[in-house]
Amino acid sequence: MTRGRSMRLLPWITTPLLLIAFFVAWDVFVRAFEVNELVLPRPGAVFESLGEVVRNPATWDHARVTVLETTSGFLAALVFGVVAGVVLGKVPWIERSLRPMIVASQVVPKVALIPLFVIWFGFGITSKVIMAAMLAFFPIMLNVQLGVRSVEAGQREVMRSLNAGRWQTFVHLELRSTMPYVLAGMEVGIVFAIIGTIVGEYLGGSEGLGYLVVVTLNALDAPQLFAVIILLSVIGLAMYFVVNTLKRVLIPWHESVYGQNGV
Amino acid sequence: MAKDAKTMTAPVAGRPTEPTEPTAPSAPKLQLVGITKEFHTKRGTTRALSDINLTINDKEFVSLIGRSGCGKTTLLRTLAGLVNPTAGEVLIEGRSLWQGSHVDPTVVDQLGVVFQEANLFPWYSVVDNIALPLRLRGVKRKERLERACELAELVGLKGFEKSYPRELSGGMRQRVAIARALSITPKLLLMDEPFGALDALTRERMNIELQRIAAATEATVVFVTHDITEAVFLGDRIVHLTPRPGRIRQVRSVEFTRPRGIDVQTEPEFGAIVRDLRHALDEEE
Repeated sequence: MTRGRSMRLLPWITTPLLLIAFFVAWDVFVRAFEVNELVLPRPGAVFESLGEVVRNPATWDHARVTVLETTSGFLAALVFGVVAGVVLGKVPWIERSLRPMIVASQVVPKVALIPLFVIWFGFGITSKVIMAAMLAFFPIMLNVQLGVRSVEAGQREVMRSLNAGRWQTFVHLELRSTMPYVLAGMEVGIVFAIIGTIVGEYLGGSEGLGYLVVVTLNALDAPQLFAVIILLSVIGLAMYFVVNTLKRVLIPWHESVYGQNGV
Repeated sequence: MAKDAKTMTAPVAGRPTEPTEPTAPSAPKLQLVGITKEFHTKRGTTRALSDINLTINDKEFVSLIGRSGCGKTTLLRTLAGLVNPTAGEVLIEGRSLWQGSHVDPTVVDQLGVVFQEANLFPWYSVVDNIALPLRLRGVKRKERLERACELAELVGLKGFEKSYPRELSGGMRQRVAIARALSITPKLLLMDEPFGALDALTRERMNIELQRIAAATEATVVFVTHDITEAVFLGDRIVHLTPRPGRIRQVRSVEFTRPRGIDVQTEPEFGAIVRDLRHALDEEE
């Protein structure tokens, strides 16, 4: 038990230490090699700028847009991804006939489509939501498809020998058995959705933290650029954390959850 | 999933030889009439079971043994309603299990099946796993959990009711699977090498436990195994199946009264039965 406890506490100690070490190394590096402020500002300057950025209410408007775009795109990807994954996993002939298309569409560098989306859907929020959804869709769909197929034959047989109906088999077996795969897809999906949103904002529009990055870059304000990136990372981390917490709540029995605690 | 009392006792069509009251005490627990199973593959037809006839009485414990590939698992799966026989009938208390290619759900409801793997649901606790069959039948939560706790105690898992399958050893998981099969008080308990994946010591203990459980629940059991000693130790009768095609080669009675202690294995008669069966099995290859 004490071992499990200390394993759980370990990251809470090592993470701050590693972060401090990272920033110290950064600072030493900049001072030692007298790196130009425009190329790599000192951590102190970045934190100062971060303070200003955080205090500026306009930043939060941008952040709100980014979060809204990401979550909308992600939720759309979740709905479509689960539905598509279930259909493809359950109906072999559909999967067979669509497989070449799916592989092809996965290989397409979707980020390259953003300019097209801007033309089609404008500079507003829609093109970013679609980008986020497209990137998050594939990992979710593929995981769900795998999950639907991975229901254990032995467990299915138990349900059959118990005379279970279709709905009962779905509720007690298929749904719960697929859940870890859905959540694994969501974990990857949320990260992809954030990437989609940010890249979308880079390339077009007038709102969002991605746009803010472009503006600060054009102003050659390197410390603020870093500050916005840090803010983006924190927001991304928070979103990932939400999905991860969902996992702990929904599938506490799964080894990906209880294994994390070193039990 | 409420069971209509009328459908329970309604005579099954197409079997004129049956008396009008199929659940009369005269009907044996389980009757196999000319069970034949053929598998069709690209390379032709394999006859897995050929004209199996067997009658099993109430509270009887029957062991099915044979070399691998002799069809014993296929036979058990036919009894469990998982494999459709090509010909023949499975009668449980005089009522036919198979209606063409479909099973009669009211007959399946009287079976408890334990597989080689425990096949527990990792998202449910021990009691929830045990109570699952009751839950599927719409038994109220309080009632089914009470029953599950009783069964957990019966199979020796008192204190583990709230545990999850991953926290249990292989033997304990198999106990949960047995309790789950017993939850609906089945008329017939079907076990397919339930202890095959366990180590020898655990297996021995499980055999003794199983006798106690069978006695306590007055269950009729069909037990598939490839272990001759296990078959003789547990069974009132031993049905020896021989492969290609799967047929009954011999049926041996074991006269020792049940439940038996581990010492029965050193009795000369026990040894003689085991030896006979081993010779018979060795001849086959």
